[in-house]
Amino acid sequence: MTLEILTPEKKLFSGDVYGVQLPGITGLFEVLDNHAPLVSALGKGNLKILKSKNEFANYIIQSGFVEVLNNKATVLIEGAVEA
Amino acid sequence: MAGQLKEVRNRIKSVQGSQQITKAMKLVSAAKLRKAQDAIIQMRPYAKKLQEVLSNIVSNSDGSTGLKLAEERNVEKVLLIVITSDRSLCGAYNSNIMKLAKQTIAEKYEAAYKKSNVTIWNIGKKGYEGLTKMGYKTDATYKDIYLHLTFENVQVAAQAAMKAFENKEFDAVEIIYSEFKNAATQRFAAEQFLPIPKAQNIAGAKKADFIFEPEKDALIAELMPKILNTQLFKAVLDGAASEHGARMTAMDKATENANELLKTLKISYNRARQAAITTELTEIVSGAAALQG
Repeated sequence: MTLEILTPEKKLFSGDVYGVQLPGITGLFEVLDNHAPLVSALGKGNLKILKSKNEFANYIIQSGFVEVLNNKATVLIEGAVEA
Repeated sequence: MAGQLKEVRNRIKSVQGSQQITKAMKLVSAAKLRKAQDAIIQMRPYAKKLQEVLSNIVSNSDGSTGLKLAEERNVEKVLLIVITSDRSLCGAYNSNIMKLAKQTIAEKYEAAYKKSNVTIWNIGKKGYEGLTKMGYKTDATYKDIYLHLTFENVQVAAQAAMKAFENKEFDAVEIIYSEFKNAATQRFAAEQFLPIPKAQNIAGAKKADFIFEPEKDALIAELMPKILNTQLFKAVLDGAASEHGARMTAMDKATENANELLKTLKISYNRARQAAITTELTEIVSGAAALQG
């Protein structure tokens, strides 16, 4: 699946990934390949990019949104710090 | 004669000095303009996607939401957010914005102004100084955003405005700023910030069977403040780019004018020099003639 992470100041990440873990406002969840269309609000927490099954990158975020459509996840976040 | 010669020489020197400064300022502004434009381009995908997400939600629901931020009330108390620059020497940039602020108040909020219910939040030092002098009720809390221009700082101002609106401290909020077109042209605009303007028919929404998490209304309530934050941030970035663009053009003009001035000064310098030589020659020749006679 394709993942794109955008902040107001710059594009943080763009590329093909295995999956992504997101701190949803109602709880942590993971988006993998061929996920159903989804729009969700994100809360404070840890965003984990699964570049492959055992290669990760972490960001701490304050709030944001995710939209999943046609095997493409777009994450809009604010106040992201690399962890 | 010799005295006049020196005077002209001094003037030429001082004009050259000013020209050097304006030239340098033009180059600096050009570099800063590029950076400011970059920042706008960087935020565009974010803003666009945010709009898309909103339109996806709205088009998949029946539309109406009891959103507090969209509530239209009788306009009695007004807040204007006026975005100017911290520095001058950028042509008519700042004065044009202040003129627009004045005009907006006179045309739309005359009644509120008479009851001194118009408050101005200034972003940028010049606007604060100017509008305070004109006797408007100004507030300098967010004056220094341009010193550290980050999304977080702008967001604080946007959120304060939303909160004040929700608490009915203000019934309408408008942003007055300059939209960046290109280096030579800016479009001065007064934009309604709150209440949120009625959603225009948003095109390009995708019909898909979305899972919404939490449900739509809560999502919209989460999304709206973000869109407003982004809107103010965009206005501030636009302002920065316009400022540098305006300064670049102004400095370019100034350099050109200095060139012209130098040209005329050089002509009068040469003329004075020639006159001095002629007088000297005449003196010598007539002196010699007197001796011979």
